[in-house]
Amino acid sequence: MSDHAVDTSKRTWLIASTCAGAAGGVAVAVPFVSTFQPSERAKAAGAAVEVDISALKPGEKLTVEWRGKPVWIIKRTPEQLESLKKTEGQLADPKSERNPSDLTPTYARNQGRSIKPEVFVGVGICSHLGCSPSDKFQTGAQPSLPDDWQGGFLCPCHGSTFDMAGRVFKNKPAPDNLEVPPHMYLSDTRLLIGEDKKA
Amino acid sequence: MAEFKEISPNASAGEKLLNWVDNRFPASKLYKEHLSEYYAPKNFNFWYFFGSLALLVLVIQIVTGIFLVMHYKPEATLAFASVEYIMRDVPWGWLIRYMHSTGASAFFIVVYLHMFRGLIYGSYRKPRELVWIFGCAIFLCLMAEAFMGYLLPWGQMSYWGAQVIVNLFAAIPFVGPDLALLIRGDYVVSDATLNRFFSFHVIAVPLVLLGLVVAHIIALHEVGSNNPDGIEIKAHKGPDGKPLDGIPFHPYYSVHDIMGVSVFLMVFSAIVFFAPEFGGYFLEYNNFIPADPLKTPAHIAPVWYFTPFYSMLRAITSEMMYALIACVLAGAFLGVTKAKLTGLIKGGVIGGALVLVALMLSIDAKFWGVVVMGGAVIILFFLPWLDNCAVRSIRYRPDWHKYLYGIFVINFVILAYLGVQPPSPIGERVSQVGTLFYFGFFLLMPWWSRLGQTKPVPDRVTFAAH
Repeated sequence: MSDHAVDTSKRTWLIASTCAGAAGGVAVAVPFVSTFQPSERAKAAGAAVEVDISALKPGEKLTVEWRGKPVWIIKRTPEQLESLKKTEGQLADPKSERNPSDLTPTYARNQGRSIKPEVFVGVGICSHLGCSPSDKFQTGAQPSLPDDWQGGFLCPCHGSTFDMAGRVFKNKPAPDNLEVPPHMYLSDTRLLIGEDKKA
Repeated sequence: MAEFKEISPNASAGEKLLNWVDNRFPASKLYKEHLSEYYAPKNFNFWYFFGSLALLVLVIQIVTGIFLVMHYKPEATLAFASVEYIMRDVPWGWLIRYMHSTGASAFFIVVYLHMFRGLIYGSYRKPRELVWIFGCAIFLCLMAEAFMGYLLPWGQMSYWGAQVIVNLFAAIPFVGPDLALLIRGDYVVSDATLNRFFSFHVIAVPLVLLGLVVAHIIALHEVGSNNPDGIEIKAHKGPDGKPLDGIPFHPYYSVHDIMGVSVFLMVFSAIVFFAPEFGGYFLEYNNFIPADPLKTPAHIAPVWYFTPFYSMLRAITSEMMYALIACVLAGAFLGVTKAKLTGLIKGGVIGGALVLVALMLSIDAKFWGVVVMGGAVIILFFLPWLDNCAVRSIRYRPDWHKYLYGIFVINFVILAYLGVQPPSPIGERVSQVGTLFYFGFFLLMPWWSRLGQTKPVPDRVTFAAH
């Protein structure tokens, strides 16, 4: 081979056509990879959900599905609201300052993370790996929980704990508080989840 | 290109047909190269059954899989019921399904033993590096295949297991959340996820797997099999050019492997018929509950074959990061002070270590857990270049190597056990020590494998006729 002179113009065209072929291959890959994205139907399924909470009694929880995720609506008792003050010091992000645009709408950046103090609306998906935490409303010592437990949630997968406002405790695998979805009151007892006034 | 061969007109019809084919397709040539004239060392022992058994299980999985697809419905509202339909209404459907589910676990048992064989006899060493690398790629494909297949029954474990694992990808900085969205095809694990996992499980990954199996065998037959003594049989050839310690694969090892197949099928059938769930290890009890996106089961654990790696994932907590940072700094210090490197490379080592430590401090431990879990598999690919021992086989290595390999196996089993258990403070500590040992075993291998006095290696293979 080495005694043959290199035909530079042929080589140039070979390089050019290889590059063109590679560019074409990448361009064709784009539509294929794009099909992996959520479909238009999946995006549309994010429509807001209307919930009637007139029958919800203090201390009760209602779960509705929004975008395929569990959304909890909890009417907190005065004791549970009181517990939010006690947990403040043990929380990783008590004032909901982390990723506020994704996790906590402006109208919920308060101690109870809610519009009405007693009604908490939150997405029941742990910020660690997406499991759904279990209710641990009973106060006091119990398995997997500290002895001074004030009521809240325990994630069964990796043991993260949250208080009655979905705020995560310190030194747990979950880095963030539970997400508060955009929501608004249509009337005193009718709640719209997935939409708020500014949207 | 082969010459066109004429055959005597007196030859039998069969010979004429074979000659006709051989002039157009290398049938006899392939048969000879891979079976009747593929010379394998005559001293194969128990450990050499698992290669052919892995091939058998692959065939079982493909055949049973084809029949399951005829009845299964890859649709979120129908999937769970269609699996139950296979179990209850399809004639003998339960058998096909249990063969497939037991086959998945059997595949990993066989493959882990096959890999262990390679580990102790140095089968990955020059010139068999590519045999090993293709094998590691097969292992990686198998893990993908098993993970995606596990979503298909659409039970609680299928659903929440997939949710947790896909969310692991979300831990990657910058691109993570979008990548997780791209894998799921929806904001949560849903019908879209089920459909694409089905496609990957039945078409994409099996095609890659088959290609890799062919590459694994071609590479093996190019270099020839290793053996328990770890010596080259090609070093001693007879006047006919055939290795003196080699015997043709067919009929000697084909018949020999039939015995292995018989014993394997006895065990396999016993599990399929009498303990298909295997106490919740092969089929988890929570997976008999249909997937409920609103409720997570009280305890989530992967299937047993993933648990060693899952333990390592869970071991990486923010506390553990400090231990890892200490390891990185110690490694860089030793590299700079002990190794014979030029000043420029030393500077690179220090700079690299500092950048790594900065990243370890700034990125969440969750991400490093994913890195550790992936690294635990990827590190296997590098084994041929980590081992510096003068001899291949464990038989001629210093005795303490045997204990070290023994501890490695025990450590792997402990990690596997901890992975099925709910998280506990003691379990966490043990798995952290186990993770450090696992990585230490491989990363320090270039150093420890050189230590100690190896035993004299025989000239010819150790073999007692029976």
